[in-house]
Amino acid sequence: MKALARLWRRLPGTAKAGVIMLVVFLLIAIIGPEVIPDNPNVTTPLQAAAPSGAHFFGTTQTGQDVFSQFLVGVRLTLELAFWVGVIATGLSVIVGVTAAYVGGIVDELLSLLTNVFLVIPALPLLIVLLGFLNGTSAGQGQLPVIFVLSLLGWPWGARVVRAQALSIRSRDFIAAARETGERSWRIIVFDVIPNMVSLIAASFVNTVLYAVGASVALAFVGLTDPSSWSLGTMLYWAQLGNALQIGAWWWYVPPGLAVALLGTALVLLNTGIDELSNPRLRDARSATRIAGRRVWPTDPTPVFGAPHGRGGLAGFARSFSRKSLLDEAPVTAGNPEGR
Amino acid sequence: MQFILRRLGFYLVAAWVAITLNFFIPRAMPGSAVDAVLAKFPQLLPPARKALEATLGSGDQGSLWSQYVTYLGHVFRLDFGPSLSNYPTPVTTIVANGVYWTLGLVGVATVIAFAVGTGLGILAGWRAGGRLDRSLPAMMFLQATPYFFLALLLIQVFGITLGWFPVAGAYDGINYTPGWTLAYAGNVLDHAFLPALTIVATSVAGWMLQMRNVMVTTVGEDYVVAAQAKGLSDRRVVFTYAARNALLPQLQGFGLALGFVVSGALVMEIVFSYPGIGYLLLNAAASKDTPLMQAIFLLITVAVLAANFIVDLVIVFVDPRVRTREATR
Repeated sequence: MKALARLWRRLPGTAKAGVIMLVVFLLIAIIGPEVIPDNPNVTTPLQAAAPSGAHFFGTTQTGQDVFSQFLVGVRLTLELAFWVGVIATGLSVIVGVTAAYVGGIVDELLSLLTNVFLVIPALPLLIVLLGFLNGTSAGQGQLPVIFVLSLLGWPWGARVVRAQALSIRSRDFIAAARETGERSWRIIVFDVIPNMVSLIAASFVNTVLYAVGASVALAFVGLTDPSSWSLGTMLYWAQLGNALQIGAWWWYVPPGLAVALLGTALVLLNTGIDELSNPRLRDARSATRIAGRRVWPTDPTPVFGAPHGRGGLAGFARSFSRKSLLDEAPVTAGNPEGR
Repeated sequence: MQFILRRLGFYLVAAWVAITLNFFIPRAMPGSAVDAVLAKFPQLLPPARKALEATLGSGDQGSLWSQYVTYLGHVFRLDFGPSLSNYPTPVTTIVANGVYWTLGLVGVATVIAFAVGTGLGILAGWRAGGRLDRSLPAMMFLQATPYFFLALLLIQVFGITLGWFPVAGAYDGINYTPGWTLAYAGNVLDHAFLPALTIVATSVAGWMLQMRNVMVTTVGEDYVVAAQAKGLSDRRVVFTYAARNALLPQLQGFGLALGFVVSGALVMEIVFSYPGIGYLLLNAAASKDTPLMQAIFLLITVAVLAANFIVDLVIVFVDPRVRTREATR
């Protein structure tokens, strides 16, 4: 708990915003579907009604409650993204660590496999795969999408994990563990992987981001099971129901905006993790304010004139005081006195 | 040279994997092309199945291996057979028609997004923490917005409410005939504006963020400090010293993005009914048009691989470090 609090303090402001947004989405996903006002599937005669007290987000063309669909949709989308994140990150850790730790021909083959799947364009392949699955008995529900997205989501993480595992593997404490006769799997599980937690976390966030984007896009074009309410299928039905033409903005704006905010939260979180692990990005975050002037890391060191008219030892000493250093304006052409 | 040959070998392997996947996916999946056509036309009589199997080249065709060899032969002759959804137009004709639109629209949009994003990234990285840099979260929001959602909003506002721009298709086929006339070109531009705006708005932030991050690292290098110590103007230090060196990873990404131009903004094309490659692929997937899907997937893969290879070549020529690393290997 204390470590978490410390981590929280070190996070840059933008990343904190990302975490807060993410927590809000998680709460919606957990609580939302339990308290939905209406069954999202039930059609009513109240067609394409604007938002009101009875229907917070209005109704669809067939009179379904958009708010209920939204609550269920957030859960399904997050659920899918979470599982894809877990499975794909798991795969990339397994492949990356195995390649780095075993080395030799295994490494060559696994690296080749990783790189090949990295260059083969994923989205078209996803479309082709789901194009075949969709409409068949194997294409029901979210499972096929989770499966296909995980299958294509691991190579990027595997490459990063492998590079990191290679560097850890050559460190002394691994050599020591090996000398003491530890078995390989024990070294991998207890020595190598714990040293890559931040990397794996970043990879997980990235994969979740990919899963949200890809699953919503695929659902939007109707390649996933349209009978389950995810944010993407909501957009699919909105497009199909001519939400644009009838001006029913309340139908497609909530899911679209939710996806955008969810994506932003994940990107912000990821840049936060980036900044935590890359000191150069962290240091460059802010210009320092010296003597009332913003001094950028790229600026030459500012030279401040000696305070005129304050002669004597006291004036000299005062020029070193914190207040003086921070408040005095530098000597410039227009300000020869340095005030 | 050795480096280039090794990369070439790698891309050939990748192409082979893609071609092989393309062969096995339809065979591993439930449902066949013939069933798809039969489902589409329920009035067909049972004997039609035999005829379809003959024309579509499915059904019993000998061992998997001999099928694979035949398939490879077809791929190398670029012979993908007739399209199922637009029977009997050959797949290659359909794809050739779609490619122009995609290349024109997505290509131009990608170049604009790259130029604008890189420029903004240079400025943001130089003044890290400044006003422009602090606007990055807003940019990230634009980037995280699914581009088809932005497209829907643009259609709603500029297309339907204000009526400034057409919302579907690549040109007005009723009032204009394709040709090298000013009126037709204007109409095409009119149709391309909203799709292009969508692509640029959603991809600028990515370029900007990447350039900014490299720039921040470059700005801390000694040679930048040295350039400043020489008393060079800021403009000169930014563009000829810092940005020039920070541009390399950016160029790499640009090459890859150009490769992906062929795949189009897949989903965006659906929203605008823009008759490009993405639109074709999604329609092919929806109607289970196997030959068309296979051809488009291969086209996209080959484009991406070729772009990767060209980027490798350019980097060898541009970056002396790659050359020396290779020489000492």
